[in-house]
Amino acid sequence: MSAATLTRQEAMEPQKPLAAMTRPLLVVLPFLVLLLAASLLPDWAVQVPKGWTIPFVDWANMVFDHLRDDAIFGLFSFRDLTRGAAELITWPLAFVEGLLVSGFPDIGIAAMPWVMTAGLSGVLGWYLRDWRLGALAAGCVAYMAIFGKWELSMITLSVVLVAAPIAGLIGFGIGILAVKKQWFEALVVPLLNVLQSLPHFSYLIPIAIFIGVGHKAGAIATVIFAIPPMARLTILGLKGVAEEVREAGKMAGCTRFQTLWMVEIPSARQPLLVGVNQVIMQCLAMVVIASFVGARGLGHDLLFRLQALKIGQALESGVAIVLMAITLDQLSRAAAHKEPSHLAPDASLLQRFPFLAASLAVIAASLLLAAITPYAQAWPSELALSTAPFWDALVDWITVTLYDPLQYLRNAMLLYVLIPIRDLFQSIPWTAMVALVAAAGWSLGGFRLAAIVSGFVLFIAFAGYWERSLITAYMVTVAVLLCIMIGLPIGIWASRSERRTGIAKLLCDTFQTFPSFIYLIPVIMLFKVGDVAAISAIIIYAMIPIVRYTIFGLRNVPQEIVEAGITSGCTQRQLLWNIRMPLAFPEIMLGINQTIMFALFMVIIAAFIGTKDIGQEIFRALTFNDAGKGLVLGLCVAFMGLTADQLITAWATRRKQKLGLAG
Amino acid sequence: MTHFTKSATMATIMAFAAGTAFAQDSTDPIKIPTHNWSSQIVGAHIVGKLLEKGGAKVEYVSADSQVVYTALCEGDVSLVHEVWEGAFGVAFQKVVKEGCVVDAATHDAKTREEWWYPTYVEEVCPGLPAWEALNACADKFATAETAPKGRFLGGPVDWLKHDAERVEALGMNFEVVNAGSSAALWAELESAVKRKEPIVLFNWTPNFVEALYDGKFVEFPAFDPKCKDDPAWGSNKQLSYDCGNPKDGYLKIAAWKEFPTKWPKAYAILQKINFSNMDIAVQAKLADIDNMEPEAAADKWLADNEARWKAWMGSAS
Repeated sequence: MSAATLTRQEAMEPQKPLAAMTRPLLVVLPFLVLLLAASLLPDWAVQVPKGWTIPFVDWANMVFDHLRDDAIFGLFSFRDLTRGAAELITWPLAFVEGLLVSGFPDIGIAAMPWVMTAGLSGVLGWYLRDWRLGALAAGCVAYMAIFGKWELSMITLSVVLVAAPIAGLIGFGIGILAVKKQWFEALVVPLLNVLQSLPHFSYLIPIAIFIGVGHKAGAIATVIFAIPPMARLTILGLKGVAEEVREAGKMAGCTRFQTLWMVEIPSARQPLLVGVNQVIMQCLAMVVIASFVGARGLGHDLLFRLQALKIGQALESGVAIVLMAITLDQLSRAAAHKEPSHLAPDASLLQRFPFLAASLAVIAASLLLAAITPYAQAWPSELALSTAPFWDALVDWITVTLYDPLQYLRNAMLLYVLIPIRDLFQSIPWTAMVALVAAAGWSLGGFRLAAIVSGFVLFIAFAGYWERSLITAYMVTVAVLLCIMIGLPIGIWASRSERRTGIAKLLCDTFQTFPSFIYLIPVIMLFKVGDVAAISAIIIYAMIPIVRYTIFGLRNVPQEIVEAGITSGCTQRQLLWNIRMPLAFPEIMLGINQTIMFALFMVIIAAFIGTKDIGQEIFRALTFNDAGKGLVLGLCVAFMGLTADQLITAWATRRKQKLGLAG
Repeated sequence: MTHFTKSATMATIMAFAAGTAFAQDSTDPIKIPTHNWSSQIVGAHIVGKLLEKGGAKVEYVSADSQVVYTALCEGDVSLVHEVWEGAFGVAFQKVVKEGCVVDAATHDAKTREEWWYPTYVEEVCPGLPAWEALNACADKFATAETAPKGRFLGGPVDWLKHDAERVEALGMNFEVVNAGSSAALWAELESAVKRKEPIVLFNWTPNFVEALYDGKFVEFPAFDPKCKDDPAWGSNKQLSYDCGNPKDGYLKIAAWKEFPTKWPKAYAILQKINFSNMDIAVQAKLADIDNMEPEAAADKWLADNEARWKAWMGSAS
């Protein structure tokens, strides 16, 4: 059957070009006309005049001021409420921190010795999957102790251990409510979309106002950032429960609550646990940014070292974050895949509870060890190993040796590629951009989509930051194109064998959890402050999803279609270009979509290097304590991302349906 | 008595807002922010230890140096002991004008922010530190995108340094490229120094960079308040900013508006605390060169300067 469809498609191939070209052409045509005629257009059609801008910033500030100062609940203001609620997190935070690192001096109990933490992590890994995972977990914990990052890592870990469950529960609640109540879903899904694409820095001033600064505020910021993925996956998971399962529950006489609790949630276990995994990863991704509002731990240390030019030590903290992320990721994945086990009824107590027994043994042994030698309680700082000299030497070597050859690349890029493209982008009239996205929206998803995406662009144009938005758009566009050019071949290469896929995945995981701030300093050293440095930093980070999705797409092409190709005598090349690639293309497009999102995230951080785009303006808002401006600028960035997201998702869905891959 | 009731009420309100059940008097901890550069962190611990010696409870909060003014206004941190005229003057004046922050004291330390170069640049560009000499060898600082003009690496745009205006007013053959953060400045400096590449960039004193690299400020025509607003002043009769930056910017201590009433004794000490340029440089050196932990560095500084801080404390009690 698949072979039949295939031949039919190939038979249609000759007439395809013209028919396929007209549609995109029609979409691009009005844009091109307006762009080329930019010099003929009246000024108002090129850039929104100052008098026309809508004072979104003032409105936002009015809302903030109102929430901050006016008592809206009679006795206390919204701000008092948020601050009071935020205070609740200090208790679990102090408890976990006391357990892991600081102890409870008031009642004379010391913190867990590091050997105990390592041992228990090992038992947990062993319990969840096998001894290898246990060894990984124990090894990573031991790394933190032996490399002198113990206190910082445990502070960070306690933030994650407290923030992740809270964020998970809130996200879970939001998800359930959204699935059960239509109106809530209609309200919350667009909100989640915006929240997830809003640059993190836009949150910082509101957090400083409504929650304050300090370790607690950092933990709350982490919670806020980690809620959306859980809510999303809860919605996805509960909606994915098969109707038959639900009906079986109904037939068994379940009440509505029982249906939810005993039927739907257990069958949605996998996506829910993936959600938990995402929450944990998001918490770790926030470690550095949360330190801007005062979270202590590895993130703060990393930022401090970077600013003091101690790159080696900053990298060490970065490595600790990566190791923590990999361990927690593996543990939570193992938990997601773990099947309940059954034992013979006549098993002995030890056989029935081997892991409990092992934990107790670890606790006893480590307490004993800690009593014998202080080394088991806390690794002495004079014995701490350091890889910093190695990293410093590596960075030195790179800057000295690679600098000169890279200068040619830098200069050529700048003079012949970047500056011309930037000039072109800056001449785009807002009317042309609206025309482009409206036409694309119309052709892909009809009137509704066209209205949404052109609404986004209109917001950006009328918020009064058109020129800066275009610079952001230029940097993201160039970076994304380069990511595709580099990432696609890597993805194709890596999808060829299981082993390569494994390597690529490991690299992707590492680079994704590596705090992106680290990339900033080396790229400046190599490329100087400017667009090349900023775009390189974006590429390093944004290439991850395109590689990931390319591998995923190519490896998940239905096997029977590939076999059909082989039987009809395709060469390897033909298999790739005529079968695998077209079928994987919708998936790859989703990867490009993610790449755009990652690039938008990184372009804001690249403002630390020195850009002239929206990111720079967000930092200025931060300096002048202007919460409203920060929010509106953040929305401009979010809407850019959402425009791309809406269009690409619509395209990919259509394409998948055409290819018969829907689902 | 009235003080007591007032602060007690305040504390009640605060405690209520914070969700804790007990109202406490000024035994509430004084919250001192630590930023991400070493001299400030060491200094914060010195200030904290002095206030502790005066009987106060102290808590350290890490906060970004820009976000901190929002926090100070809200009372989430109680003081900022390094308010730089150049970098934070605008943010500081804004919160003072809003009435939520008071200007507690001014250090003896004078801050200077100016174009700066590492010493080896003098070899390729004789006649430095005079700005005319710098201008004469502008081509040595050129990069592909600025050629034939020299490239000057300025601080973040929001520090409002008017470098571009100065370049125009003095007719200099330079183009200003703005870095996005101080870290970006240091990264380029580090890379340039390793390769002995000529570089001229924005820098300031007191600063940890002084302890790491030798260098000098470029000498521009001396600053005069008129230079900023009066185009007729100076060598260029048509344009303003034909002069250097002031050589004696302030370094202040800012406090939350309720600090004086809530912790009057601690406030008296705070107003006496006074760092010189040397103090800040030493604080940076202890942390950056001697690699001491901030707390240990603070103890070291206190031990070395006992007579001075005793005088600050003595007049307070």
